[in-house]
Amino acid sequence: MATPAPTTVLSSGGAVKAAPWRDPAARPYIEVERVTKSFGEFKAVDDVSLKIYKGEIFCLLGASGCGKTTLLRMLGGFEIPTSGRILIDGEDMTGVPPYERPVNMMFQSYALFPHMTVEQNVAFGLKQDRVSKAEITERVATMLDLVKLGSFAKRKPNQLSGGQKQRVALARALVKRPKLLLLDEPLGALDKKLREHTQFELISIQDKLGVTFVVVTHDQEEAMTLASRIGVMNQGEIVQAGTPSEIYEFPSSKFVADFVGSVNIFEGKLIEDEPEYVRIASPELGGIIYVSHGISAAPEAVVWAAVRPEKIFMSTAPPEGTDNVVRGAVQDIAYLGDLSIYLVKLPTGKVVRITQPNTSRHAEAITWDQQVYLTWDPQSPVVVTR
Amino acid sequence: MKTAHPLQKIGITGRGLVVVLPYLWLLLFFVVPFVIVLKISFSDIDLAIPPYKPLIEWVGKNSLAIKVDFNNYAFLFTDSLYISALLNSIKVAFISTLFCLAIGYPMAYGIARAQPSTRNVLLLLVILPFWTSLLLRVYAWIGLLKANGVINNVLLSLGLIHEPLTMLYTPFAMYVGIVYSYLPFMILPLYANLEKMDWQLLEAAEDLGCRPWQAFYKITLPLSRNGMLAGSMLVFIPAVGEFVIPALLGGPNALMIGRVLWDEFFSNRAWPVASAVAILLLIILVPFMMWYQSVQARESAGAR
Repeated sequence: MATPAPTTVLSSGGAVKAAPWRDPAARPYIEVERVTKSFGEFKAVDDVSLKIYKGEIFCLLGASGCGKTTLLRMLGGFEIPTSGRILIDGEDMTGVPPYERPVNMMFQSYALFPHMTVEQNVAFGLKQDRVSKAEITERVATMLDLVKLGSFAKRKPNQLSGGQKQRVALARALVKRPKLLLLDEPLGALDKKLREHTQFELISIQDKLGVTFVVVTHDQEEAMTLASRIGVMNQGEIVQAGTPSEIYEFPSSKFVADFVGSVNIFEGKLIEDEPEYVRIASPELGGIIYVSHGISAAPEAVVWAAVRPEKIFMSTAPPEGTDNVVRGAVQDIAYLGDLSIYLVKLPTGKVVRITQPNTSRHAEAITWDQQVYLTWDPQSPVVVTR
Repeated sequence: MKTAHPLQKIGITGRGLVVVLPYLWLLLFFVVPFVIVLKISFSDIDLAIPPYKPLIEWVGKNSLAIKVDFNNYAFLFTDSLYISALLNSIKVAFISTLFCLAIGYPMAYGIARAQPSTRNVLLLLVILPFWTSLLLRVYAWIGLLKANGVINNVLLSLGLIHEPLTMLYTPFAMYVGIVYSYLPFMILPLYANLEKMDWQLLEAAEDLGCRPWQAFYKITLPLSRNGMLAGSMLVFIPAVGEFVIPALLGGPNALMIGRVLWDEFFSNRAWPVASAVAILLLIILVPFMMWYQSVQARESAGAR
């Protein structure tokens, strides 16, 4: 199962423009070496190794309870690993308490001090470091301008909206110029519109300051927008780490394919295994899947072919060829404005999900119960063996 | 439209009744006794039953004489006994409050940070002494503190001391009694305040460079200010007028205003003077009570 890595990467997030993780000579900024954290019998984080490079926005993505927050808290010094090491900028930080780490954290609840004004909240960390008064005033003002809260300096946190609180928390964490900023579900408490706006703002601030970000989120859309790379976590392990497009287009397992975005997964058996192509017989699909690249798997192995909903074409007229073609009946349609989701039921009983952009205002409508043909490009399926 | 209940027609509504009840209670058991005490405090002492002259009297057929006597109040300031008793009471109450705060804060903090399951047990232990009468508990302290009491016997048998310590009927015993009795009043409001605390704030403070004790000093302490004030008022206000504990544990030299009140009423039968003392005490405590009320109001408004 060798999925070729794409040669050009459209990295969305991060001040890092090149891709240092592809350069074997590049020195990682944060190294997590075989870190395990157990709570009694339960392993919250299980033998995780990670290399994060300077200027990255690295997203830890996973469902709740997958260990992403525990890993973040270990980076912050709030939990001490049961085994393994954490290095930041070459220094071993494994047992260093939070107040001595060059790391700051933006908490999910923001954890703003309710008895202090916005200004005092932001100045708190600098005062703690005994920075001179003049410098504190200047740095706090600069930071509040950066997050567009200059006019709110004298307010108390309970006089702010959710979005404003979020920005105060960000300013407070960034003003100390940490080597690493940890963000725990940074946009989780914001509504959808504001979240989208704030995502881009976060990226632009990160770009300006060049601080390395590690973000924990359960929202894959958030991870895709923000991240230079994503680490998908499941049951305490990092199951795949890569750029958003790698994770989406080249998932390494059924779990990743299913967790990131929606996908149609067809179980099947390898019937032809050539270096240039493979054919998979899938009883679930009721047909043959032809994939135009080789994979590494045992002959006649059970494999899964994953096809993204937007990569399936739907037509009323039969397409050419017999591979990668199935027939089915439209079971359900969800019109979302920009695109529509179709659920097509195959004769085998399997329901396939297809999304089509609504490019025309007067498209020839496909309606309920209509018989349609489904087909996809031979490059589109991702074949995974687990 | 619904037809109004006959009672509603004459202005009696369920809501009105509910509001009236507590007012009626206050009128009957606070305002009326207070007015009586106020009245007595302006009367003249008399050898009669009751031992004071009426304030309002018919003289002749058609004239009503109101005789307001300020001598009782003047007397309080001429005899140094009253002022020094009052000052001593305030001092004792203040020191007791400080001890309650010093002992109660760690206890309330410990309970607030305990596991929810153990928390209830710990709270129960704090409240448990209330199930026994205060008098019994103070007598129990006599048994502990007296010359051949439990504490002295234990210390003697351990060889730590060679003759019994004099503890009973000293200021020490009085402070022990007051602090012991009033401690729950400090712990409970403090606990209620600390229990609402967002402990993640402490992590945020540590993240920003605070050592744990600095985080406590800069975050927990200021945020629990209202709890400390509420607890302190609940201890201080009743402790100023405390009578039983100083009388039983403090011995004859414990000059407290509650004691003076008792003596004036029952030994001297000087009701007017005693009433004046009571009113004076009330006047002194009212600002503290108002402060406590405003703290409570702020606390419940959530603006900390």
